[in-house]
Amino acid sequence: MYSDKVIDHYNAPRNVGKLDGEDVGTGIVGAPECGDVMKLQVKVEEGRIVDAKFKTFGCGSAIASSSLATEWIKGKTLDEAAQITNSDIAEELNLPPVKIHCSVLAEDAIKAAVKDYKERNQ
Amino acid sequence: MSKPIYLDYAATTPVDPRVLEAMLPYFTERFGNAASRNHLFGWKAEEAVDQARQEVAALIGAQAKEIVFTSGATESDNLALLGVAEMYQEQGKHIITCVTEHKAVLDTAHYLETKGFEVTFLPVDKAGRIDLTQLEATIREDTILISLMAANNEIGTLHPIKEIGAIAKKHGVLFHSDATQAVGKIPVDVQEMGVDLLSISAHKMYGPKGVGALYVRRRKPRVRLAPQIHGGGHERGMRSGTLAVPQLVGLGAACRIAGEEMAAEAIRVRALRDRLHKKFTTALDFVHLNGHEELRLPGLVNLSFAFVEGESLMMGLENIAVSSGSACTSASLEPSYVLRALGVGDELAHCSIRFSLGRFTTEEELDRAAEKVIATVTRLREMSPLYDMAKEGIDLKSIQWAAH
Ligand SMILES: Cc1ncc(COP(=O)(O)O)c(C=O)c1O
Repeated sequence: MYSDKVIDHYNAPRNVGKLDGEDVGTGIVGAPECGDVMKLQVKVEEGRIVDAKFKTFGCGSAIASSSLATEWIKGKTLDEAAQITNSDIAEELNLPPVKIHCSVLAEDAIKAAVKDYKERNQ
Repeated sequence: MSKPIYLDYAATTPVDPRVLEAMLPYFTERFGNAASRNHLFGWKAEEAVDQARQEVAALIGAQAKEIVFTSGATESDNLALLGVAEMYQEQGKHIITCVTEHKAVLDTAHYLETKGFEVTFLPVDKAGRIDLTQLEATIREDTILISLMAANNEIGTLHPIKEIGAIAKKHGVLFHSDATQAVGKIPVDVQEMGVDLLSISAHKMYGPKGVGALYVRRRKPRVRLAPQIHGGGHERGMRSGTLAVPQLVGLGAACRIAGEEMAAEAIRVRALRDRLHKKFTTALDFVHLNGHEELRLPGLVNLSFAFVEGESLMMGLENIAVSSGSACTSASLEPSYVLRALGVGDELAHCSIRFSLGRFTTEEELDRAAEKVIATVTRLREMSPLYDMAKEGIDLKSIQWAAH
């Protein structure tokens, strides 16, 4: 039912937690009534993401998608991070069609965090 | 991996070894067709069927002749609704049921709507109970049938069957009850409850899958049904098809054992269930009960562990079988319609888990399961943004979420 990669991220999620500070951008996407909410944060130094954290309410695939997203964006520039697409995530995690929306949410979370950082640091 | 723990008895039950033992000879040496009236093989089979019919009837306070064997509760529900609708349509075309019924009733009712019948789907309160005054006010001149379940399969809430029976009788309306989850777990007596038709399934009470029964009252009033399966005229013409003798023997044995052990079993299972619930509320905050506190099946508790999505919780429970009302566990992406009907918000419906205990549940298993659930909920809440917000005192309803 779940791919090995989803199970791995679910059992040992990367980068769970919170970030604080001026140089942090936060994206919160989804809604409790829909069964998934992702909060993704990036810490940025000189245009590059030096740290990323997440917290997710949602199914195993949602948790895995956000965990993977934080892993991937670390070390990337803001523009590079914003180019990650849901299909990259879905493919890496082998998500079945009914779980594609989890990867869409993760893409949205990255974009929302980047946007938030940019707005705060114009 | 540790031994799997089954806490999904409301979905189905294992066949009791005593039931299996009773069934086995009817697959081999006693394989006869109960309709073969002219030889020993047939007589043996017929004898077994008669006994099973007697055992089913005895459990619900009925006469053996009032039991029609079917392939399960889905068929029983279909036969009750369709059979009454077709037979009594000259008297009226209005049927009353409820939004929390099993799909076997709901979808049949919707089908009847397409055939020119009018169906009222009564709402329920937040514990899942209907309002009797509203029920009575809904009855019309052309109402022919009330169909209300004895116990709900998702939340275990019991409807006041006896009171409903009295109302139905007062207005001369037939009363069908889907008692699939109730029979064998709590006392069900068709006389006392004033039920005219009652659905039973073997696999919810330690019998085999694919067999059930419909009780059809024969006196005061004599209920007539239009058959939905036509053929050799078995079951007094109401349900044709060669009787599944081994299955029926299993159903009968399951009913007999339930009759003998139900009272003690209910006490034991209720105590275990309450122990489980207490462990959760002691160790965790934000645990909501879905359903009625008291008027509920003894072995069932449906809980929402707020801020933890149901499927993610089940994923962490690996070897523990439970079920969830979360959308992610269904194909539809909609959370449980039963929980919605109670007014449980979708955000909590997504967090619901049904634990259903039964005959073979042990205290040791239960404690192990409780520990695992508590650990998993705790771990998932540590990564839930909603739990953080709740802890900070933020009202989640006050936030403008971007729905997707
Ligand atoms: C309340 C209720 N009615 C009907 C059914 C259907 O029973 P069966 O599986 O015997 O068709 C079930 C079981 O899923 C049930 O819980």
